[in-house]
Formats: sequence, C-alpha cells, structure tokens
Amino acid sequence: MRKLLVLLCLAVSVAANAADTLAVKVGVLRQVHSRETVSILDIPATDDALAGVLMGAADNNTTGKFTGQSFETIDAVLEEGEDAAAAIDKFAEQGARLVIADLDAPRLLAAAERAKTKGALLFNISAPDENLREENCRADVIHVAPSRAMLADGLAQYLIWKKWSRWLLIKGSHPADELLAQAYRAAARKFGGKIVEERVYEDTGGGRRSDSGSVQTQRQMPVLTQSAPAYDVLIAADESDVFAGYLPYRNWDARPVAGSAGLAPTSWDAAHEQWGAQQLQNRFIQTFRRAMNARDNNAWLAMRMIGEAATRANSDDPQKLRAYLTGPDFSIAAFKGVRLTLRDWNQQLRQPILLSDGRMVASVSPQEGFLHQTSELDTLGPDRPETKCRLQ
Amino acid sequence: MTKKKPLLLIGGLSLLAATPAEAFLAYVSNEKGNSITIIDTDKLEAVKTVKVGRRPRGVELTKDGSELFICAGDDDAIQVLDTKTLQITGKLPSGPDPELLALSPDGKTVYVSNENDNLVTMIDAQSKRQIGDVPVGVEPEGMAVSPDGKTLVNTSETTNMAHLIDTRTKQIVANILVDARPRFAQFKADGSELWVSSEVGGTVSVIDLVKNVVKQKIGFEIGGLSKEAIQPIGISFTGDGKRAFVALGPANRVAVIDAETKKIEKYLLVGQRVWHLAFTPDEKYLLTANGVSNDVSVIDVASLKVVKSIPVGSFPWGVVVAPQ
Repeated sequence: MRKLLVLLCLAVSVAANAADTLAVKVGVLRQVHSRETVSILDIPATDDALAGVLMGAADNNTTGKFTGQSFETIDAVLEEGEDAAAAIDKFAEQGARLVIADLDAPRLLAAAERAKTKGALLFNISAPDENLREENCRADVIHVAPSRAMLADGLAQYLIWKKWSRWLLIKGSHPADELLAQAYRAAARKFGGKIVEERVYEDTGGGRRSDSGSVQTQRQMPVLTQSAPAYDVLIAADESDVFAGYLPYRNWDARPVAGSAGLAPTSWDAAHEQWGAQQLQNRFIQTFRRAMNARDNNAWLAMRMIGEAATRANSDDPQKLRAYLTGPDFSIAAFKGVRLTLRDWNQQLRQPILLSDGRMVASVSPQEGFLHQTSELDTLGPDRPETKCRLQ
Repeated sequence: MTKKKPLLLIGGLSLLAATPAEAFLAYVSNEKGNSITIIDTDKLEAVKTVKVGRRPRGVELTKDGSELFICAGDDDAIQVLDTKTLQITGKLPSGPDPELLALSPDGKTVYVSNENDNLVTMIDAQSKRQIGDVPVGVEPEGMAVSPDGKTLVNTSETTNMAHLIDTRTKQIVANILVDARPRFAQFKADGSELWVSSEVGGTVSVIDLVKNVVKQKIGFEIGGLSKEAIQPIGISFTGDGKRAFVALGPANRVAVIDAETKKIEKYLLVGQRVWHLAFTPDEKYLLTANGVSNDVSVIDVASLKVVKSIPVGSFPWGVVVAPQ
C-alpha cells in the first residue's frame, strides 16, 4: 500500500463543544485507474474520486457544525496486485468502518468479504458490474454507481424516444466490453431496439498517444464501420477506452455514435448544470481546480449519504447507518431533479441517467412515457421481480 | 412571491359598491428571458416587459412599492428597479449568485442567501450597505422573516436544515432538520407556525415556533404521478391564515391546504414546473409562475378554479404583486 494519509477535512470547523462531537471516520479505498485514455481530457487526476469525498466531507462538516458531528477521511491507494482485504483491516484498526470503495469487481468482493467480519459498510462508487448487484450481491455493500444495465437502459430509452431503434453495435475485445455489450443487448430486448449487426474491435495493444494518430484513425474507422446493414445509430461498447472515441465523425455512414463515445450515458458530467448542479460544479472547481467527473460525483454522493445517515441516525455505527439508508425514510438530493433512494432488494441507488455528448447534457432518462408502478427510476436496470439478489 | 398586505388602504364609502376590481401590477421574473414581465391583474394580461440582469429569480417589492429588488444570479447582483420609471437605478451588495431575498417587516433590512460561501448577508435597504452576515449550512436558499421581524429563517439545501436566526444578535438560535433540499420558507401571518417546503423530500414541514421543532409533515399524493414528480416549492398563506397554497413544481399543480387541519382540500392543475406564488392584495387571485410552460396561471381564490393562463417571458420563476 502506497501510504495511508489522514486528511483532516477541508472545512475545519467543528462544534464549539468538541467534547460532544461525534467524529465519523470514513476510509477511501482507491484503485489506480489507467492513464491510457483515448481523450487526454479523461486522464484521471491524482486526486480522482478522492476530491469528491473531500468535497462531501466539507459539506458534511458544515452541517456537522450544527449537529455536533465531524467527518474525517482516511485515504488509501491500492496498487496493482495489492490486497483489498488487508486495507479493510487497516481501516478498522484506525476506527474507520465506513469505506468508500473505488475498486473493480473482484477486489470489491474481496473487500466486502472482509468488511463482513469487521461489521463495516462499503459504498461502491465505480464498479458497474451487474453480478455485484445480482448473484454476488452483499448486504455490506451499497451501490452508489449505476450498473451497466442502468446506463444502457438510460441510453436505450432515449434512442427509442427518438425512434432511432436500429443499432449497429461495436464492442471492444476485453471482458468488460462484452459485459457492456450484454447490457445493450438486454436494453434492446427490453425497449424494442434492434441490433442489426455486431462487430468487434480487437485491441492489438499499444498506447493511445501519438503525434499524428489522427491520420491513421481517419482511415481505420471507416473500414471498421463500412458495409453495415442500414442502422440509425452506432453504439460503441468500449468500457476499456480503446477505440470508441475515434468513431464520431469517422464512421462510414453519416450516423450518430452513442454509448462509450458520442452520446454517452453517465451518472455525472462536468457540463451538467440543471437542478442546482451548477452550485456543486462551482464548489468543486474552486476547490480542486479541475472539473468533476462521474467517479468524483459518486464519491461526493457516497460521502453525502454517510453524512445524511449519520445526521438522521445520530450515529456512526455502520449497521445503524445501513438500516437508515435502506429504510423508508431515506432520500437524498443529488442535483438530478428528483430524490434518490435505495432499492431495498439489492441496495442500488435509484437515479436518473444523464446523456452527455461531453459538452452538453442532451437529455436525462428515464424518458417520458416509460412508466412504472412504483418509480419510473426502476425502468432503468433489473427490477425487483427479476432480481437474483439474496442479500447476505 | 410572499404574500403582501394591501399597500393602499381604500378608505371612504364612495369607493365601495360600483368600484371595479382594484387593479394591481404583478412582476414576474423570467429566469431565462433575463426580463421582468409586468401583468395588469385587472385585465389579466401582460402589459410590459423590462430587460434586467441575467438569470433573474427572487423578486421583492419595497414596502412603499417604489422599488423592486431582483436577484440577478448570473450578474452576481441584486438589481434595484424603479417601478415608476422601470429603469434599473442601482444594485445591492449581495454575494455571488443571489437567488432569493427577504425584507424585514419595517422594510429597513434586506436578507440575502449566498449559496457559494454558506452565508446569510444582511443589507441596509436605505444605504445599500452590508451590515452583517451569519454562517449557515451548505447552499443556503429559502429566506423568510417572522411577522414581528425578530426571527429570520434560512433553509440550506444540502444541509437540509431551517436555521432560525435572531435578527438583533445575528446569531443562530435553532437548527431544525427537515426533508431533502429545503427551498422555501413562509411564516403564518400570526407568527405561530413556520412552513418549510422540501423540494426533493417532497414534503412541507410545519415548525412549532415555541418549541422550535417540526410538529408535522405534510405529504402529497396525486393519482397517476410518481412520488418523485411531486416537488413542493412556493408557499402562500391567505391573510387570515386559514388556507395555504403550495406549488408542487413538475407535478404541475398547486395544493390547496387547510392551514389549521393540514388536510389537502384540492389540487389545482396549473402550468408546467410551478415555482412561486403571489396573491393579489385583495386575495381575489393567486398567480403562479410556471417555469417550463412560460406562463402564469391565475387561480380564482374564492372558487378555487384556474381561470386563465397568461403568457410571459422565458422560464418564469418569481412573482410579486403590488397596487398600481
């Protein structure tokens, strides 16, 4: 483990009667995200995700002045091959049994297994895997990040609303890309889209940066996309960030690109400003001198959920916080226009999905007309009757 | 947006009987139109549009009706509009991005919430100078002053509290947790209760001002609408305190509530995304600013019917009414 740093949070203010202050300790367990991104705008900053936690802690501490609570963040970065379970032990030694986890699925599961023995509670802010919410769901994991199915459904609803129902699906050659492609196939079945053909973009290795890359890609992308059956929109399933960014304006047919490039479904975008979001964007940019990405936002939201639950339950006990968060009284404001709540069957945060072209948020799903008997937000991702989750 | 007492008391018997409905002027801020639409409430039509600063939202009239204070968020200023000449004559020293303001009952002090630095700022209305500030929760927004002027309430949207502030000492006297994203607060005219609307929580909290606790929460249910679509914002009480009207945002309805029993009497269908409300001083009409449909709905208060929709500028947000 690189090092554990204790960051006393940005807002230093704590209640005057410090003796009565409840100090809530929150561990942040981060993986190192690849710097190999098609666009340099997506290269993660060193404080990726952590900045969101700190912003959330600052917000919580402002509230904590009035409630006699303070929030402290303990950051840990896992290098490749390092053990997530050991990090949970270390947090527990330091009194942090609330953990915001920016981990891939295998490491999240390992962390969850250990968290169970420590009575800890994890907040998943980045792994989009369906199986973490279905077959492999865990009672000690709350999913703040949307799943692949929720993202794919959010995009699919909009494409159907636009009557762009014929899709050319191009997926990457990595396992995560296939999982994302599965989500789009399921979304097509669910909402009446038709995948006219599927293609694979083989990742032959190599970097993303070069001084004259555009010369080649301009010739490669038309070849990849030519001779396709008639389609309305090209959907790229490229979670590994290998090729999707090259598709817009370069595909053979004059058709829009969506999915991993073009119109992308996401839980947050630096261009999102509606429903008061501009206030959060302003605070973030002023503090960290960069734009807030989806992981930062999920991290902020996880910290806000912890703050909200600690305030209402008047406790830092992970089990009491979980009981509040999964109970009927919990709802949180996250600048998405509606309240967010947890699906009690798998502890997934219900949330709208933003559709962004990277400059603007073009639309927000669920779309008008996609109805549901309990919450329209449950038209996104697997619903209660079809869940395979048995929380344990 | 807050209910105004009639500013002109009509005296003398000669004015009774055959007098036509008194004419009032309503000022509607158009958030995206960067303008104020002026409505003649006698004719029930827009009579003038005035260009103002960028992103105008909260609006308040001075006690004598001579000036309109406009929160022009994207200009980081509260502009002062002379209601006679319809010229911008100056500005108040607010912090960045002002959204809502409140006036003390004597009209001498303006209270503004500054979302960016978690402060409530106090401004002397006459000298237009800042005279104090109070640190509050994250994203302060809703503001209201008790009828006796002694208590200022501010709601903080991310902290989810109503902060009660002693206007004399400028100290917080109570912090009361309410549901998510509290956006607006209103005192009953007799000062007995404070109502706070939670936009995301979907409720109105009724606060007992003796014990400083939430004594009741009012929820809303509308057939065919999901819970998420019901987002209470503006609140207006009738002068006698018997009835409350609550704007429900994207539910496109105004709830009519018996302010004593807290029972919902009726939902009135208005325009889309209804923000704020204002009575005409005679309480004949209640006007609603409907953001998405670019109009103002006119509710006939006696019959509880929506009688007209008046087209205004782009994204109407706030509304106040004054005698002509």
